Amino acid sequence: MNDTRPDPDALLARVEREENRRRRGRLKVFFGAAAGVGKTYAMLLAAQAKRAEGVDMVVGLVETHERQETVALLKGLDILPPKLIKHRGTVLREFDLDGALKRRPILVLVDELAHSNAPGCRHPKRWQDVEELLNAGIDVYSTLNVQHLESLNDDVSQVTGIQVKETVPDTVFELADEVELIDLPPDELLLRLKEGKVYLPQQAERAMHNFFRKGNLIALRELALRLTADRVDAQMQDYRDDHAIRDVWPVGDRVLVCIGPNVLAERLVRAAKRLAASLHAQWIVAYVETPELQRLPAERRDEVLRVLRFAEQLGAETVTLSGPDMSKEILGFAKSRNITKIVLGKPHRRGWKRWLLGSVVDTLITEAHNINVYLLGSPRGKTSADQKASKEMPRIKVLRPNYPWGRAKRRWLNWGWAVAMTGCTSLVAWIMSGKFELANLVMVYLLGVVFMAARFGREASVLTSVLSVAAFDFLFVNPVHTFAVADVQYLVTFLIMLLVGLIISHLTSNMRSQAKVASHRERRANVLYALSEDLAASRTVAETARIAARHIQEEFGGASVLLFPDDDGRIIYPLDPPVPESLRNCDLSVAQWVFDHGQIAGQGTDTLPGADAVYFPMSGFRGVIGVLVLRAANLRRVFLPEQRRLLDTFISQIAQTVERVRLAEEAQQAQLRMESETLRNSLLSAISHDLRTPLASIVGAASTLVEEDVQLAPQDRQELSQTIYDEALRMSNLANNILDMARLDSGQAPLNRQWYPLDEIVGGALTRTRKRLEGRAVNAKLPDELCLVRVDAVLIEQVLVNLLENACKYTPPGSPIDIIAELSAHMLKVTVADRGPGIPPGEEEKLFDKFYRLHREGTQSGVGLGLAICKAIVMAHGGVIGVANRQGGGAQFFFLLPIDEAPPQLAVEPPQDE
Amino acid sequence: MSSVRPVIVVIEDDPQICRFLRTSLSVQGFQVIEAETGERGIVEIGTRKPELVILDLGLPGMDGIAVIRKVREWSAVPIIVLSARSQESNKIAALDAGADDYLTKPFSIGELLARIRVSLRHAAQLAGDSVETLFCVGDLQVDLSRRSVHIGEQEIHLTPIEYRLLTMLIRHAGKVLTHRQLLLGVWGPAYVEHAHYVRIYMGQLRRKLEVDPAQPRYLLTEAGVGYRLAYRK
Repeated sequence: MNDTRPDPDALLARVEREENRRRRGRLKVFFGAAAGVGKTYAMLLAAQAKRAEGVDMVVGLVETHERQETVALLKGLDILPPKLIKHRGTVLREFDLDGALKRRPILVLVDELAHSNAPGCRHPKRWQDVEELLNAGIDVYSTLNVQHLESLNDDVSQVTGIQVKETVPDTVFELADEVELIDLPPDELLLRLKEGKVYLPQQAERAMHNFFRKGNLIALRELALRLTADRVDAQMQDYRDDHAIRDVWPVGDRVLVCIGPNVLAERLVRAAKRLAASLHAQWIVAYVETPELQRLPAERRDEVLRVLRFAEQLGAETVTLSGPDMSKEILGFAKSRNITKIVLGKPHRRGWKRWLLGSVVDTLITEAHNINVYLLGSPRGKTSADQKASKEMPRIKVLRPNYPWGRAKRRWLNWGWAVAMTGCTSLVAWIMSGKFELANLVMVYLLGVVFMAARFGREASVLTSVLSVAAFDFLFVNPVHTFAVADVQYLVTFLIMLLVGLIISHLTSNMRSQAKVASHRERRANVLYALSEDLAASRTVAETARIAARHIQEEFGGASVLLFPDDDGRIIYPLDPPVPESLRNCDLSVAQWVFDHGQIAGQGTDTLPGADAVYFPMSGFRGVIGVLVLRAANLRRVFLPEQRRLLDTFISQIAQTVERVRLAEEAQQAQLRMESETLRNSLLSAISHDLRTPLASIVGAASTLVEEDVQLAPQDRQELSQTIYDEALRMSNLANNILDMARLDSGQAPLNRQWYPLDEIVGGALTRTRKRLEGRAVNAKLPDELCLVRVDAVLIEQVLVNLLENACKYTPPGSPIDIIAELSAHMLKVTVADRGPGIPPGEEEKLFDKFYRLHREGTQSGVGLGLAICKAIVMAHGGVIGVANRQGGGAQFFFLLPIDEAPPQLAVEPPQDE
Repeated sequence: MSSVRPVIVVIEDDPQICRFLRTSLSVQGFQVIEAETGERGIVEIGTRKPELVILDLGLPGMDGIAVIRKVREWSAVPIIVLSARSQESNKIAALDAGADDYLTKPFSIGELLARIRVSLRHAAQLAGDSVETLFCVGDLQVDLSRRSVHIGEQEIHLTPIEYRLLTMLIRHAGKVLTHRQLLLGVWGPAYVEHAHYVRIYMGQLRRKLEVDPAQPRYLLTEAGVGYRLAYRK
């Protein structure tokens, strides 16, 4: 019973696929064996039928090749004007992707899926344009010939002997919603060709001799038919899945392909692709980078990178593993990912070497239980073709600095050192000769070899070994000064000397290079450590961006900037930190594309290679959160595999930091909300007490006045009115304080900082408190010259008013109050000092808390907000507020404000007309 | 009798404040017309031709500043604005839009009457075009015809800009002037953003004219809004 139920995973996968499809446009491919079978014709025919149905469609680009029937079919169709691109003097007609996206029809016709775009288009390949149309939800009709399919590239070139340059990844073809095979028997095609219906007569003649040989056409037709049959088979499979028709199809197969830096790599990938396709299996391409492989020249490592990218295009997942032991890494990875099949190239170590040193393949076969291992041999005479083909593959374009001269120079220098070293050791040996046995002289030479290996590497030390043997023979072995040897046993000496020299060379230079690799690794680890340490201290996104830019500059050389989207998901220029000069013209639309698609683009990549910077998506836990734009001084420093890996680690660290910072900000917001909640509660309880007291007096006094029966003397009436007035003012002050506090707390009162003369602020505060200060000696000691401070004057005046009112409240009437302002280079200190009772020790800090009052049950009015407001205002200015007992009695409240800017100068004397 | 009573239009939506204003202002000999909304207020101003308008900034519907702009299109009637506290930007906007003065709620009737007197006097001056050439307040004497400034017996020397600043304040004595208005009037439109010019020159002026610049008697600061020259008849 269970058996008839569909596999839930498969069903889920299907639902997901459907879901994706609904959002994506549908791709229909008119598929043929060769040019001239009538694909474009069939496509236009289908388009005309759609038009008759009233579907909004536009012809993006159609190559009619001037064929009469085809041209006739274009009639009545809406044709999108092509994008004209000037390239080396000629004007090329290209598909206008942006035009199509803007026009947003239901269906777009784009001929020749495999076409390569002219430089200057967004994507190098037309199928990428089509992908973007599909992603935008637009249906596409397109045409494709079988020889343009990536994975058939080898087969086709084998059959026809012609290497096809323009290819389409298999995934594009496989993900096409419909494939219509346009079939024409070879004889009819040849007839059409002869009649000039395919090419112009002259071209046709040439074509018939090369590509359009009958044998080729039959083979191509077979390929096309077989491929279409495979698709039908897959559809059948889907149908069976849907309808719970279970059979024994292999579930959960996973194929792992291990490639190395050799010509076999690409063939391995293609073969694995076919294997995976036939098994309906997921496949992963792995490259294990051992320290040995890291020494390879950059060209060959770029090659590996290229093959990995190629595999991605074919639909594989790719990984780069790194570790000293290749087989151990592969096995570990295979186990972690439940790999069922491993595809490898045949071992390149043969004979005794394989027996002596072992091979990865042998180790894998012995140790991989439950995993099938497939081996692929290298074909005879295929290497050159492979290399040729690889040149035409899409590749990572990397600008290379001119090394060769420097490298040759270094090599010559090394050889020079080898000769010099042999000379030196020979000299030492010559001095020693006569006093020591010849065997000791051999030791001197070996010492030289060891030194060379350690200092100058393998090449130099091998040369030293050979030269040493020769010199030893020439100088010390009888007959002296000839290379002839009298005693045959010396030949054994030479041989052993040479072998020992070579082995030492090998071991020592290996050690040396391993040390080099280790030091590289250490350096990278250090760089990463430095970055993460800096990032850990970062508190804001802007700060993170600044740290990121600095570290990327140091490590990869070049300016970089982080771009983030606004609330609507549009990438915008950052304001803080500002965009560096060299990146001012960075392309927001490219960044937007990278952000939307989560893929790298720009210089050195396959998307928009014409851009003058590289755009990396920054992925965090919540998807792509932004874009890193890097304008590298030298692209090699970015695209070398381990550098690229380092950069990826950089980017993910930065992305995580940005997310952490944002989370922290959110958490802080939540904390603030919680605090304001508590505040509101204490506020309510405070108000309920302090608001009711004056209210009681007001209501009482007013009711007495309103009462008609009561006869009041004029002075009683006056007194009651005065009570109402005073109590109302008290309530008004209270309300003001509460409102001020609420405003400051909510952060809704951004500081309005401007340059104010200090005496104006002090003057304002004194004016406002004039009434309360009556009868007191108020002494303001301000700096003599006009002193400008950059503050929110209204708020700082409020601080002074509160401090003055506090002083009035808590000191005996008539006692003096001093205001002292002192200005230093970086600080303004303002003190309000009284001669009252002072502050009880231990209360200094609590005074500034909200709702705190010195004498809880006292008669003083107020909720205890005055000083809390002062503190909030001063802190908002980046300052400090405090209180201390004054010498000679009394308290002194002071606040310090930092001065981080020089006051503005009135350098320009304003216009004078008098 | 009623024909000679000066008319004040009060545009205010709070009935309690209206009642208090009506009672207090009637006692002082004014005829009070009330309007609850800005639209109604504009109609009243148009038909009653009042001597003065008292306008609440926080009105339902059409907001106070819009009312000022509308009225200023065709009338120079003095407008005194009432506003809640801590809305300096609103006050500045109202003054820059053409209001003559402002009062912060809660206010006492004494303050309001003083402002009304200043505004009426100022309007009368403008209408009669008779600017007094001698201005005196406390010890400060300015003779506008001779361009001389005295504190008591002592003549004070002012720079041209200081003098222009002082005369502008004198022309509007008792009224508040925003930083912007002062910058426009003394320095010209190019300096509107340089608010610190006004403050620095005001500081210099205080040092020359006030006994204690920190406790000014003449050149008063309206925190966050602007300045007012003390005026006592």
